[in-house]
Amino acid sequence: MKNTSRRDFLKLVGASGAGLFACAGAAQAHEGMRINNDELGMLYDATKCVGCKACMSACKRVNSDYGSLSYEKAKFDSDGLWDAPSDLSGSTRTLIKLFKESAKSWSYVKYSCMHCQKPSCVSVCPVSAMTKEPVTGIVDYNKNTCIGCRYCQVACPYNIPKFQWEKALPQIVKCDLCKNTNLREKGISACAETCPTGAIKFGKRKELLEEAQIRLKDNPDKYIAHIYGEHEGGGTNHLYLASMPFNKLGLPDIKPEAPAEFSEKIQHTIYKGFIAPVALYSALCFIAVKNMKGNQGKGDDANGKDHHKEDK
Amino acid sequence: MAHSEDYQKLEGKIFTKSFFILLAVVLVGFFFVGVRFVKGIGAVSNMSDGYPWGIWITYDVATGTAIACGGYAVAILVYIRNRMQYHPLIRSAILTSMFGYGLAGFSVMVDLGRPWNAYNFFIPSKWQANSAMFEVALCVMAYSTVLIIEFIPAILTSIENSKWTRMNAIRNWLHPRIAPDQKTMTDTLEAVRLGAAWLKPRLNKVLIFFIVLGITLPTMHQSSLGSLLLIASTKLHPLWHTGFLPLLFLINCVFIGYSIAILESIISCFSFHRPYEVEELSGLAGLVPYVTVIWLSVVIGDLVHRNQLNAALKWDFYSCFFMAEFLLIAVGSLLLFSKKLRRSPRWLFVSASLIVLGGALYRFNVYLIGFNPGKGWHYFPSFGEVMVTVGIVALEILAYKVFVALFPVLPSAAGHGRKAPGRVQAPAGAPQREADFNGTLSPIPVQYKTAIETQN
Repeated sequence: MKNTSRRDFLKLVGASGAGLFACAGAAQAHEGMRINNDELGMLYDATKCVGCKACMSACKRVNSDYGSLSYEKAKFDSDGLWDAPSDLSGSTRTLIKLFKESAKSWSYVKYSCMHCQKPSCVSVCPVSAMTKEPVTGIVDYNKNTCIGCRYCQVACPYNIPKFQWEKALPQIVKCDLCKNTNLREKGISACAETCPTGAIKFGKRKELLEEAQIRLKDNPDKYIAHIYGEHEGGGTNHLYLASMPFNKLGLPDIKPEAPAEFSEKIQHTIYKGFIAPVALYSALCFIAVKNMKGNQGKGDDANGKDHHKEDK
Repeated sequence: MAHSEDYQKLEGKIFTKSFFILLAVVLVGFFFVGVRFVKGIGAVSNMSDGYPWGIWITYDVATGTAIACGGYAVAILVYIRNRMQYHPLIRSAILTSMFGYGLAGFSVMVDLGRPWNAYNFFIPSKWQANSAMFEVALCVMAYSTVLIIEFIPAILTSIENSKWTRMNAIRNWLHPRIAPDQKTMTDTLEAVRLGAAWLKPRLNKVLIFFIVLGITLPTMHQSSLGSLLLIASTKLHPLWHTGFLPLLFLINCVFIGYSIAILESIISCFSFHRPYEVEELSGLAGLVPYVTVIWLSVVIGDLVHRNQLNAALKWDFYSCFFMAEFLLIAVGSLLLFSKKLRRSPRWLFVSASLIVLGGALYRFNVYLIGFNPGKGWHYFPSFGEVMVTVGIVALEILAYKVFVALFPVLPSAAGHGRKAPGRVQAPAGAPQREADFNGTLSPIPVQYKTAIETQN
């Protein structure tokens, strides 16, 4: 008896293991994801940026009420004369940083939401507080639904969503392409509208890609021959051109497969149509009820295993 | 199905010295919970935008629920593999599971930034089936409910047999003007008792369906706890990031569950001065190495499959933690392959501890240690953060101690106690229960044996 059940048990484990093996295999077979090039986005050209931070101040001016942004004081600035965020934070949606390798080799870089084609944050949000608008492709956040679990922060490969750690009633802060403010009023995001050097170009992804390719072709010596965001993590709507390798600018190397594709494939294989859990429950019910009846049926025979069958 | 005769209440005082020490720890923890709700999460914890999940998620939820899988693991054994001899262990295993999951739920509420929006989990239009977190949340809530239902028979038995002495004492202590009328109170209590007596057989009839639900739900959400980190492909170290995370987490919770059931039985027998349940424990311990061997083979097979074996042998920061996790589990399991060691409570304790530590370290590795969000981010829990977790664990132990005294939870010593060869004598000063043991090696408890003999 003991040996049989052990064998059964191993069989069960083996079967479920094989099932998961199959699904892990399926997940590796990467299917091409459809990219929608009509979505809205921005092209940031680091070689044109002069680091004036006008985009940062425009963003905060326009979105401070709606996006719960505030000014951050620097340590030396006790009067609060400047807004001096050191990184994206619960008060800051976009940020310019300078990366200086040597006196000759340096570059500015702008951080804000990448508005992915297949966003991880939308894929993992348990209550649909993160959404991707079907037409514009804007990855938007709804604080009235958000439970504050911060799974979006864990999931985002670019570390974009930020949490208000110091507040009793916190929320997530991230760029929504001025969806409810500047974009609605003027049809362009505040940062792109303000940029004095044209380093930020606002438009449809299709146009941005064309523009980027033209710039790469015209000035091959000026740029690294790569449009960051064209394929990274399934493609992003916020695209980058730069003269320095992107990983030196704090933009991670990411495979073309969207991380969300990988995880969703496994999750979907396990929970397809909710069949597996229901089947598991029914099978277990069948076994348990059979065992219980067996124990009651055997009555008082001197089988040590059945000494608990009495009902009270 | 009632099996009430298998269990007994623990006799003795509730308000002991350790009770008040634990209570003090709980109060310190709750002080920091208060600070968190007034001044924000940042005021208490060291979590940051790079490490948005600290020990509250890693320990209380990801590891705590695995440690609370004793109920799950023992239920598989008893009801699915039909090993009724382990039935005496199940009620205390379910009780710890109930507290483990309840308090994991509580610490999630502390950890959530906007807990007042949590009702969205119940609004179908907000459901997001792609999210492993959604699956975990619903399953954990459902499982906590199932655990409470599974525990209700113990409470009903208590209500049925209670003489309400404490309740009457409180009534007599109250001023006559505010005290309820003696007759009304007796009538109400009688009604409650009748209600309990009415409910118990009916609940027992359908209980098996809840028990099976209590096996299905952990299978789902324990694997999903692994799925949670599937998305972090750029942040989680390749030693741990694999498509097998769900499977590894599922097997991991099974062997942690069995080991915890062993530890819990040994610790409660030791601290409550009861005889050790060596028969059940050595049988249970015999299963553990088979489960861990499966787990270890999946881990190695997967590393080979993904060409990461050299990363494991690099002996850098990550490799050391990987090796620690791997060796703790391997050594603990090796000890359990020995039949002799399995019958010694001391070695059982050592090996089960090693396996629980290794299994828990695996979960820490996946959630925190192997998680690297990029340059410039560091995390080590703050004092307040640790105290919240410690307070929650203290509350769990406290509630366990109170519950085993109030309800019939622990295996009845008279019901199945027996002198096993490897049994360690109860510590000095323990209540003399030796007279209760029938002094045989038979797995059949004495009262059944006599019943069988008389029938024959």
